Amino acid sequence: MEGAMQTESKIRVDSGTEHGPRGPGCSLRHFACEQNLLSRPDGSASFLQGDTSVLAGVYGPAEVKVSKEIFNKATLEVILRPKTGLPGVAEKSRERLIRNTCEAVVLGALHPRTSITVVLQVVSDAGSLLACCLNAACMALVDAGVPMRALFCGVTCALHSDGTLMLDPTAKQEKEARAVLTFALDSVERKLLMSTTKGLYSDAELQQCLAAAQTASTHVFRFYRESLQRRYSKS
Amino acid sequence: MKETPMSNCERRFLLRAIEEKKRLDGRQTYDYRNIKISFGTDYGCCIVELGKTRVLGQVSCELVSPKLNRATEGILFFNLELSQMAAPAFEPGRQSDLLVKLNRLLERCLRNSKCIDTESLCVVAGEKVWQIRVDLHLLNHDGNIIDAASIAAIVALCHFRRPDVSVQGDEVTLYTLEERDPVPLSIHHMPICVSFAFFQQGTYLLVDPSEREERVMDGLLVIAMNKHREICTIQSSGGIMLLKDQVLRCSKIAGVKVVEITELIQRALENDQKVRKEGGKFGFAESMANQRITAFKMEKAPIDTSDVEEKAEEIISEAEPPSEVVSKPVLWTPGTAQIGEGIENSWGHLEDSEKEDEDEGGSDEAVILDGVKMDPGVEVSNIGSQDAPIVLSDSEEEEMIILEPDKNPKKIRTQTISATQVKAASKKPVKKRKKKRAAN
Repeated sequence: MEGAMQTESKIRVDSGTEHGPRGPGCSLRHFACEQNLLSRPDGSASFLQGDTSVLAGVYGPAEVKVSKEIFNKATLEVILRPKTGLPGVAEKSRERLIRNTCEAVVLGALHPRTSITVVLQVVSDAGSLLACCLNAACMALVDAGVPMRALFCGVTCALHSDGTLMLDPTAKQEKEARAVLTFALDSVERKLLMSTTKGLYSDAELQQCLAAAQTASTHVFRFYRESLQRRYSKS
Repeated sequence: MKETPMSNCERRFLLRAIEEKKRLDGRQTYDYRNIKISFGTDYGCCIVELGKTRVLGQVSCELVSPKLNRATEGILFFNLELSQMAAPAFEPGRQSDLLVKLNRLLERCLRNSKCIDTESLCVVAGEKVWQIRVDLHLLNHDGNIIDAASIAAIVALCHFRRPDVSVQGDEVTLYTLEERDPVPLSIHHMPICVSFAFFQQGTYLLVDPSEREERVMDGLLVIAMNKHREICTIQSSGGIMLLKDQVLRCSKIAGVKVVEITELIQRALENDQKVRKEGGKFGFAESMANQRITAFKMEKAPIDTSDVEEKAEEIISEAEPPSEVVSKPVLWTPGTAQIGEGIENSWGHLEDSEKEDEDEGGSDEAVILDGVKMDPGVEVSNIGSQDAPIVLSDSEEEEMIILEPDKNPKKIRTQTISATQVKAASKKPVKKRKKKRAAN
């Protein structure tokens, strides 16, 4: 409780600093995360970014089908289910992006011939869905105790037609944006693990978005750290 | 993943406990677990927790043409999905029996009971009606999926608001959410399923079985009832034989339980409506328990991006310059352009290439895929100079023929000119340009 209050006061101090030439567009929405909320999966997490909410469940390391087993590392599978309708091509492409990110950080070599399954359920979509899925997947993997060499987070940037950069855009902002870029960054050195973009932008703008995402990821990792500190604290 | 089999001692323990009227979680025989209902920010979205069993429900609507034999009624579509996170055994191919059974039961409970007025979903008779789609996802399986799913379905339907429509003569206006407040569905009554698990050939009965109890039960009786004590659906599965008074007793218990659950649902719906009207915060973020040690929240955090431009410029200046941009595309005809040249044909030389040696036009390969007149400004290999079709290979399997575009604009030249370009060392032949580029 105290920890939560301290964080809130710290953030209020930060809001005194200047927003910079980008104006008031640059802020992350209200975050919330709950871990271990489902009893059946080995690890589960619900991640909320503003109104976007994703529930992740992890099973693993567990038995793997012989057709899918890899002799020297764990088989990682990601399943993303939309809220309405049957899963389509967009879900498949997001699953692949999330899987590539997870494979880069999960130490699969410690559990050969096993399977680690990450199941994601979209609970509500109000912008920055892929970033929210990445964050939920990371928290669920941590909750499941899957060995990883780093944590990862997802940050979405939207570029307006006049060049304004917006972080963590809402659905409306994403629709009106000229380009939407999502990055997955790792926690050790803020290096880029995965990027997917849609729209038109110059290479200078790409580097600017990446730099902004790296700054934003600091906040996300601080959130992870504090939420885990709260969970494992003795008081 | 295979379901972990239940050990014999656990099975015996559970059955012995039930014989002594004891349950693992300390409930009484007729007790329900705690039901918690939370709503999301959009209308029609809710999560119902029955103990640890969790179901997510979402209602959506769409305007479609009605069914031919029911031209004035809207369409209802129910779909319950057993998500793979609900239990390790729920794999895409493996859960069909249970899935079909649950879906059928849900449909009978909600559709056949006519709890939703489908006539009110009609917009233009015979042309446009509303299709209401209810998607339910099981998120965690701790027993009694059908009860949780039926509660989630009816709560989501009561919570849902569809866009307002007005019909004036021939004109139909669909108002967006900003223009006019959305309208709730017209629901006559709320059918709720109550499950009874039977053990030892019907001797012992438990209400709201948990997952462990479901594994050792002999049979299941599901009664769907509304608060007016009308039975909407009744189903007995598992092959146990029940006596008439057992069934009557269960229906009495179900009547009591349904009244309690309906009250709970009404209270939850009213609360949510009140919060929305007063402008307070609503949605899943608010329903997340603050006090739990596993939950954590962070308020809106501003990010300082003032140094973003400098950082970006640093990176760009240190980075290598981007590789040579591809040369300007050469437009052959509207719809056909060429960028760069292909690489050498790796299939090797084809036979009978002497005939085509005269074609050493200065340009690259000219494969025209829609035989419209070529751009005269571009040099083209002079295959077109010949009148007769050129056969490049005398293999009997296939005849590769060049068709002249000059002669007959309709014909399509599809031929590989690899053989023609053999002599021209600098030219790189391609079979079919598009394919080759794909291979590159």
